[in-house]
Amino acid sequence: MKILVCISNVPDTTSKINFTSDNAAFDKNGVQFVINPWDEYALTRAIELKEEKGGSVSVLNVGEADTEQNIRKALAIGADDAIRVNAHPKDAFFVAQQIAHVAKEGAYDIILMGKESIDYNGFQVHGMVGELLGIPAITPAFKLDMLDDTTARLEKEIEGGKEIVEVKLPFVASAQQPMCEPRIPNMRGIMTARTKPLNVVEPVSTETKTEYTSYSKPEKKGGVRMVDAANAGELITLLRNEAKVL
Amino acid sequence: MSVLVFVEGYNGEVKKSSLEAASYGSQVAKALGTDAKAVAIGEVKEEALAALGAQGISKVLYDHDDRLHNFVAEAYLKVIAQAAAQESAKVIVFSNTNVGAALGSRLAVRLNGSLATNVTQLPEISGDSFTVTRGVFSGKAFAQVKLTSDVKLIAVKKNTIEILNDAGTTAAVEPFSTGLSDADFAAAPKETVLQETDGVLLQEAEIVVSGGRGLKGPENWHLVEDLAKALGAATACSKPVSDQDWRPHSEHVGQTGITISPNLYIAIGISGAIQHLAGVNSSKVIVVINKDPEAPFFKAADYGIVGDAFEVVPKLIEAAKALDR
Ligand SMILES: Cc1cc2nc3c(=O)[nH]c(=O)nc-3n(C[C@H](O)[C@H](O)[C@H](O)COP(=O)(O)OP(=O)(O)OC[C@H]3O[C@@H](n4cnc5c(N)ncnc54)[C@H](O)[C@@H]3O)c2cc1C
Ligand SMILES: Nc1ncnc2c1ncn2[C@@H]1O[C@H](COP(=O)(O)O)[C@@H](O)[C@H]1O
Repeated sequence: MKILVCISNVPDTTSKINFTSDNAAFDKNGVQFVINPWDEYALTRAIELKEEKGGSVSVLNVGEADTEQNIRKALAIGADDAIRVNAHPKDAFFVAQQIAHVAKEGAYDIILMGKESIDYNGFQVHGMVGELLGIPAITPAFKLDMLDDTTARLEKEIEGGKEIVEVKLPFVASAQQPMCEPRIPNMRGIMTARTKPLNVVEPVSTETKTEYTSYSKPEKKGGVRMVDAANAGELITLLRNEAKVL
Repeated sequence: MSVLVFVEGYNGEVKKSSLEAASYGSQVAKALGTDAKAVAIGEVKEEALAALGAQGISKVLYDHDDRLHNFVAEAYLKVIAQAAAQESAKVIVFSNTNVGAALGSRLAVRLNGSLATNVTQLPEISGDSFTVTRGVFSGKAFAQVKLTSDVKLIAVKKNTIEILNDAGTTAAVEPFSTGLSDADFAAAPKETVLQETDGVLLQEAEIVVSGGRGLKGPENWHLVEDLAKALGAATACSKPVSDQDWRPHSEHVGQTGITISPNLYIAIGISGAIQHLAGVNSSKVIVVINKDPEAPFFKAADYGIVGDAFEVVPKLIEAAKALDR
């Protein structure tokens, strides 16, 4: 079973977000980048499946050379090899085209992603890849098991409940917790990661469908109004008469 | 040319998030000098669909094929794509739910369109240029995005667009049938399990009461539940609470959980870590109850009480019960 795990490179969850002075681009200064947290669920579950059933796990990132540190981290966690499509990820459609191309060329059985990237919050790439390849995309899934060599059983979240889906390989799925307990690299993993293959390939040519023109930040809150604990009930009155939310 | 809104139902009613999408769609239609139509699938009451007229929808195409009661991506896609073709829709609007966004991304590829999810404002349209605003960086920023294809797909973030109140107008509800084949249902779910709720869906809720590790254990959750009940709210929790199985994972909000944007979010015994805030920071009003005056959550709050939850919350429950609602 060949599994492809797509990882995106995003600002650490605790980052302060700033933009360049003309508000035209994200300011990467002083920001640490990590593997998108949801993609870590996808990666660890892929490695667990490989351990159970055999096969291989490849990681894929569409990004420029500065993402290689996190690609190596994914190798250290336990992926076998990696592919970097050497391009700035211009928009979701562009990225989906690159992923679909690699997935087709490599004839992967399962293409796993995270639920969404925590920077652009798209929730788009998995559905697009499924459509480009003409295969199901089960998203967002919080449980993934193989029933036999050709069929998987997934549980996916819907508003107000869950759906249990059985699909034949190949398919796309996006992961969210509690799919597994994401692993962190150990010393041995870090050592072996250095010698695992990381292939850099050039992008296929494709159009984009969107253009980011500027960024802004939400207005600052007006400050907090404190209510005395002894008169806690007064809060309810304020919420009704002042905030008008009750 | 027209605008098409995809409408989702829940318990036979139109979801509030879909009313918001309909309001968005009709306002876009007005700006473009055209009409807004809707397409609804599955089990939704006809009166509820007709009431979409109040959101500015002139006509609802309704496909109530029995096989469509559960979400089946391929079948839903065919219905929406066919409705879009019939109405020559150039703008397709839906709400940013798991279902809506999953369909939107496939539909965007199928119709060769531009897609923006998590959209928070009406578009700016001038000549051929069509720009939307969407939430990015987990609620920490907004981005202006130009949709450059001829067909535009927009997933509207919950609770960011006002519902219209044009009472009196009703939409014409027309049966719509697509001739779906069994193959379209090949990936149908084996089983759908709905949670037991008091009818308030966390993602749709106007008020959410949420508990953190400060509540000490699941045996104390009656505080959260009773306050939620008195306010007609849904319940939520922080990540460590669901990690320890005090509460189900489906209640966990934050960076790695559900993102919500209710009118009122009440956080009890939650410290306000940045990853927690990422899931709730677009709530309109935030109330924080914490015994530590230095808890970071107070910085993001509109109202705060420094105090012990075990003393404060019973008082809130009492006051909430006394409200005439
Ligand atoms: C990659 C990553 C992703 C994450 N994603 C999420 C996420 O999606 N959602 C999330 O919630 N967290 C997430 N976290 C965890 C987050 O960093 C915090 O650890 C977590 O939110 C803390 O939960 P808490 O506030 O319930 O607990 P604590 O931080 O332990 O806070 C408990 C609070 O309760 C107060 N308290 C104690 N007793 C009382 C009392 N009697 N009355 C009133 N107040 C009391 C304390 O003063 C304290 O402020 C993530 C972390 C990482 C690294
Ligand atoms: N540049 C990228 N390279 C590889 N995978 C990506 C990239 N961007 C997004 N993805 C994958 O697509 C998922 C959904 O991303 P998004 O649609 O941007 O929210 C992510 O969790 C990743 O698994």
